[in-house]
Amino acid sequence: MELLLVLVLGLLYAAGVYLILRRSLVKLLLGIMLLGNGTNVLIFLLGKITKGSPPVIDESYKVFQDIYADPIPQALILTAIVISFALTSFAIVLLKRVYALVNSDDLDDLNTPEEEDL
Amino acid sequence: MIDNHILAPVFVQLFTAVIQLMFWRKTLTQRYLSVGGSFIGLLVAIRLFSRVYQDGILTMNAANWDAPFGIVFVADLLSVTLVLLTSIACFAVSIFSSIGVSRQRMLYGYFPIFHFLIMGLHGAFLTGDIFNLYVYFEVIIISSFVLMTLGGRKAQLEGAVKYMAMNILASMFFLTGIGLLYGLTGSLNMADLALKVRQVQDGTLVGITSCFFILGFGIKSAVFPLYYWLPSSYHTPPSAVAATFGGLLTKVGIYAMLRVFSLIFVPDEFTRTLLMVIACATILTGAFGAIIKTNIRRLFSYLIVCHIGFMIGGIAMFSKLALMGVVFYLIHDIAVKTNMFLIAGLIRQLRGTMDMDKLGGLYRDYPKISVLIALVLFSLVGIPPLSGFWPKIFLFQEAFLQTQYFFVAALIVGSFVTLYVIANMWAQVFWKNPPREEEVDDRFAPMQPYRKLLMVLPIGMLALTTLYIGLNAEAIVLVAEKISSQLIDTSTYIEAVLNKNNEL
Repeated sequence: MELLLVLVLGLLYAAGVYLILRRSLVKLLLGIMLLGNGTNVLIFLLGKITKGSPPVIDESYKVFQDIYADPIPQALILTAIVISFALTSFAIVLLKRVYALVNSDDLDDLNTPEEEDL
Repeated sequence: MIDNHILAPVFVQLFTAVIQLMFWRKTLTQRYLSVGGSFIGLLVAIRLFSRVYQDGILTMNAANWDAPFGIVFVADLLSVTLVLLTSIACFAVSIFSSIGVSRQRMLYGYFPIFHFLIMGLHGAFLTGDIFNLYVYFEVIIISSFVLMTLGGRKAQLEGAVKYMAMNILASMFFLTGIGLLYGLTGSLNMADLALKVRQVQDGTLVGITSCFFILGFGIKSAVFPLYYWLPSSYHTPPSAVAATFGGLLTKVGIYAMLRVFSLIFVPDEFTRTLLMVIACATILTGAFGAIIKTNIRRLFSYLIVCHIGFMIGGIAMFSKLALMGVVFYLIHDIAVKTNMFLIAGLIRQLRGTMDMDKLGGLYRDYPKISVLIALVLFSLVGIPPLSGFWPKIFLFQEAFLQTQYFFVAALIVGSFVTLYVIANMWAQVFWKNPPREEEVDDRFAPMQPYRKLLMVLPIGMLALTTLYIGLNAEAIVLVAEKISSQLIDTSTYIEAVLNKNNEL
């Protein structure tokens, strides 16, 4: 399971970085999303994955006796997902507006010359 | 000491923003609420500062979870000083905004978002939990995205794309770093992390994790290879927004770097060399970028980059004296950089443009305002006894002690270029006659007196703050000395957060 997650994680980061380096706005957005998901998988991976051992203490014990699934990374991922959802939806609207104004998907066309400054 | 008032500055901003949302589209009410809320925020910040200055570090455990397990808020002297300065800047900007921001932007929620931004800043300064710091960073960037794009001019949206992409990327690096740090130590509390990171056996892994933090905070604070988003976006939004961004946002990056690299990763030889190289390159590129710009706000954007390098260099030297310089420079920089962009906004009202080639004759037409602006420009350059001069003494002294001659050279070049650029700007904007007299578009002269006052008052207020920092440097040095000894010797911070005896 860990090995699979590590591979997925590497793939997500690599694909994300590759897409960010392209000139297209949409690919930039997709790259950012992939990187975000890669980060979430990383945090998930670092929370010591175990199967079927919830973080609930048995009544007869006072502290955990066995390895357990750490709930904190899941809380972190949940927060990160919500935040990246908000950022992504903002980014989509922004890119749509930019496309409507500039009529191009190419980042190189986003350079209003200095003479047009206020 | 446990104290629930730590969060008061955050809550004042939050309530101001929420109450303003209830007065959606009633811009006049929102203006009053904004100025009132900022004023209350300033009073609360002053009170918090004086308490921390007298009683030492205050902490608050959210929902009464004990320190390493719950989220903890810590008000040490560095945090409250920055909260105080942010409040001063916020007060000034909110007065300026009531005239300097178009009604159209106010209708779409300029003021509530502005206060959410300030709330995020306060929260970032006060939190003692590294994931909470990330969350506040996100509050800051999502608010700043909205402020950046509000109005929707073409140049603004283009700047916003670059700004957005780089800042989301920075957050991603920061979050990756937090993930790795949690995997290494199993903790998110910064004081607890400070103890646990030292016990980690694998030094390489700690080094790699710290690189993620350098990258993330480096993009936020706009250091050498990562700063390109800043000069290509800060000249686009209205000047009131640019003032908030230029004065405060990059400084959060510096604050986070100071905090993380003093508490969690104490810089080793490699990190220090890396930061020093970055610092010198940042100063030089920022300075040379500023020389070729003719638009005032583009010029100021490059000066921000240049002066960020001074602070990074101080962090790289990492000694008591160097950090004193950094903290003093941070205090000076927030007040001055905010003011610079407000001045750019005022110049635009006076002349209808911010291009130095088209400007001129301001001193002839408005001598009093020009003298006020000159005072701010002088303190930016660092002419004694104004505020920019004092921190440089500490930086120079420490650089000579540590024989960092490249940094000394970069500091000298950076300071001289700043002087040249500002002198050039003064000559072009204030002394030269305007190239085409008939085209001068003066929107300031026909304004009613109280509107004029509302534009000049915040600049005067921030100029007074700068003047105070410069002329009463001894008091600021005392504060900076206390802060830097807390940063070098983190045991007081760690004890204040983790000590069980605190619960009364």
